[in-house]
Amino acid sequence: MEDKIKNILTEYRPSGREDLISVLQLIQGTFDYIPEEAINVLSQEFSLPPSKIYSIATFYNQFRFTSKGKYHIKVCNGTACHIYGSEEILREIEKQLAIKPGQKTNDGMFSLEAAPCIGACSLSPVVRINSAYYKNTTAGEIKEVLQLYRNNEEQ
Amino acid sequence: MNNELASYNMVEHLLLSNSIELPGEVERKVKRLRRETVDLPVIYVGSGTCGQVAGAKETFAQIQKYLEENNQDAELVEVGCIGMCWAEPLVDIQLPGRPRISYQKVTPQKVTEILDATFNITYEPKYILGQFKNPIIEPWEKIPYIEDLPFYKNQKRIVLEDCGILNPVSIDEYMAHGGYKAMANTILYTTPAGIREEIIKSGLRGRGGGGFLTGEKWHVAADAEGEQKYLVCNADESDPGAFMDRALIEGNPHLLIEGIIIAAYAIGTSKCYVYIRSSYELAIKRLREAINECKEAGLLGHNILDSGFNIQIKLKNGAGAFVWGEETALINSLEGKRGIPRPKPPYPAQQGLFNKPTVVNNAETLANVPKILKKGVDWYTQIGTEKSPGTKIFALAGKINQPGLIEVPMGTSFRRIIDNIAGGMKNGGSFKAAQIGGPSGSCIAKENLDTKVDYESLAGIDAIMGSGGLVVADDNTCMVDLARFFMDFLQKSSCGKCIPCREGTRRMLEILESITRRPQDNNHSSLDRFKGIMQLEELGKVIEDTSLCGLGQTAPKPVLSALHHFREEFEEHIFDRKCRANVCRDLRSYYIDVEACTGCTICMEKCPEGAIIGTAHHPHFIVEDKCTGCGICYDVCKFDAVFLK
Repeated sequence: MEDKIKNILTEYRPSGREDLISVLQLIQGTFDYIPEEAINVLSQEFSLPPSKIYSIATFYNQFRFTSKGKYHIKVCNGTACHIYGSEEILREIEKQLAIKPGQKTNDGMFSLEAAPCIGACSLSPVVRINSAYYKNTTAGEIKEVLQLYRNNEEQ
Repeated sequence: MNNELASYNMVEHLLLSNSIELPGEVERKVKRLRRETVDLPVIYVGSGTCGQVAGAKETFAQIQKYLEENNQDAELVEVGCIGMCWAEPLVDIQLPGRPRISYQKVTPQKVTEILDATFNITYEPKYILGQFKNPIIEPWEKIPYIEDLPFYKNQKRIVLEDCGILNPVSIDEYMAHGGYKAMANTILYTTPAGIREEIIKSGLRGRGGGGFLTGEKWHVAADAEGEQKYLVCNADESDPGAFMDRALIEGNPHLLIEGIIIAAYAIGTSKCYVYIRSSYELAIKRLREAINECKEAGLLGHNILDSGFNIQIKLKNGAGAFVWGEETALINSLEGKRGIPRPKPPYPAQQGLFNKPTVVNNAETLANVPKILKKGVDWYTQIGTEKSPGTKIFALAGKINQPGLIEVPMGTSFRRIIDNIAGGMKNGGSFKAAQIGGPSGSCIAKENLDTKVDYESLAGIDAIMGSGGLVVADDNTCMVDLARFFMDFLQKSSCGKCIPCREGTRRMLEILESITRRPQDNNHSSLDRFKGIMQLEELGKVIEDTSLCGLGQTAPKPVLSALHHFREEFEEHIFDRKCRANVCRDLRSYYIDVEACTGCTICMEKCPEGAIIGTAHHPHFIVEDKCTGCGICYDVCKFDAVFLK
């Protein structure tokens, strides 16, 4: 893993601290999350203490420190979706999967995220599972969809 | 198809030469790109993010399949969002010798039907939305003009003029429509000071929320000492429910680039950054492609158009945080630090990025610049109001019939926007409130509906323009819950630097949560909760007064404005433990209709709290004190006997 991170650095050749966030984005793009090793490697590269790197990475919503599930569920919780009841949907998913936003199911199948706004406000409420969008959806529909994913996986 | 005539030839004839006569080869190409008449049928698919969520990709693939299977020749073009998000996926078709027509909600199933009609040189009336006006061609009969639809008639599209019409990643098409001409004239024939004067005269104000005069900002930076200066374009809109910049970049990235080049020239800088949210994948892709096109055509880079002016645009992907409305926080983020605001003064225009003079402009502001220069200051100042000239783009969403992206002249009333453009309230609901300016904006109530949307009138009702989110709520929306939602968002977005904002927003959230929840213990009397409201007001004022940046100074606004307009709803939550919109789950009361209940016992078995009592074959009863309002009984009842009151 460390070699991979170093490869990213040699390829990108950061010129200074202003490139730190871009490098973190590349690392997340490769690993799907920011592994602990990356914090240490970057600490050496940028001559900053690991705590500083961690403090910067945790400040931004984009960075994750655990990997995603096989199906990553993004529930839009923008204002429009909220008015259309996105919290009910989120609660249903939490209940079905027994996880909270930012967590992953034990079998690694599903991970959940409450997104600030997906940007399809005319189709609210919107839920995205990997690359599939469920628009004008309801808690009931999402419950069935989750069951479908489960069934497909068991076969 | 671009092989016949390279872009730099277009640059030479369209941008550098002042003669109206074009060589035949160029003129033919320009004519073809303007698509006033076409030789082959052209099919345009609206492929902005909203279109793609609605299924534009599948529609596009289906059209491709149809063309291949039926051996039909047609040009297939992906365009940006035309603003009618409610009618997505949109497909436009232009037949030779006929004006372009628009079809709405084209799912893959409808493709065959529509294309069958198209290749029979007719149209499919069922899904038609309208036709575009074309002065040189005979119109279709019985199809309304798009620009006469209420959705468009009340708009004035300047910045969004070409969004959804042009191919966003064709520099040639943009130039054929008169693009980059304003930029060429600026850097070849005008002084930077002259351009700044022009923009000051136009009265253009920052569209990111602050409303500062753009030309003045440029002046300060241009006059500041130092060789190195920076221009930062803020395209990282982070308001939930706002997608103006994204749609603009997806639909017409060249307009933004043209604005950036002009602004950079006016300030005297060669280094520009575009800060754009990393989740805007499509916008980033199109902007990147457009920048590459410009580089190839010689419009970006060293000594552009032989003017001696150098310019470089760098894309920076934002990692997501709401505090970017505050320019100093954005600058810190660009430097690779935590996005925490800096004290002002010194202002960024004097000491910004890497301590050099920096201008931060919103994407919409910059996109206005080429249009102003192209059509003239006099034309521009006639639009809008005297103190707020021009237009404003809004992302219209919520409980309305036609949510979408609109551009209206400043001074348009809320009523006009909601009744005429948005097509009224959804399902005949009644208007309750509208939230303008995102989470840190304020809500307006029925009595403000005739207020005009411009900087001054909004300030008059203690509201702000913000960046352009406009969400409409109806009677089924609980204002206390909405205030809690915004406070939750703002509390998470607070960077943590100033204690009043960091701790204050958290306390405000806690008070709002205790109002929307059922008290866990009996010590929490209504009077205590009412005291909470008084504290909300006091706390809100302290946060406003003592926070460093715009986020903190405006954070209490949504709560205070909701409290101002809907105080009785807050009181109802506290004293009657009742949510009139039935949104606050804890406060819902379920009842069983004794007439309809058959006594099947299923609700009693499913109730997790044991709040339902009764015997088989006799009507059941819900014990109100035990009920938590989870709604399971409502969901499981097969006889519709459980109801909300």
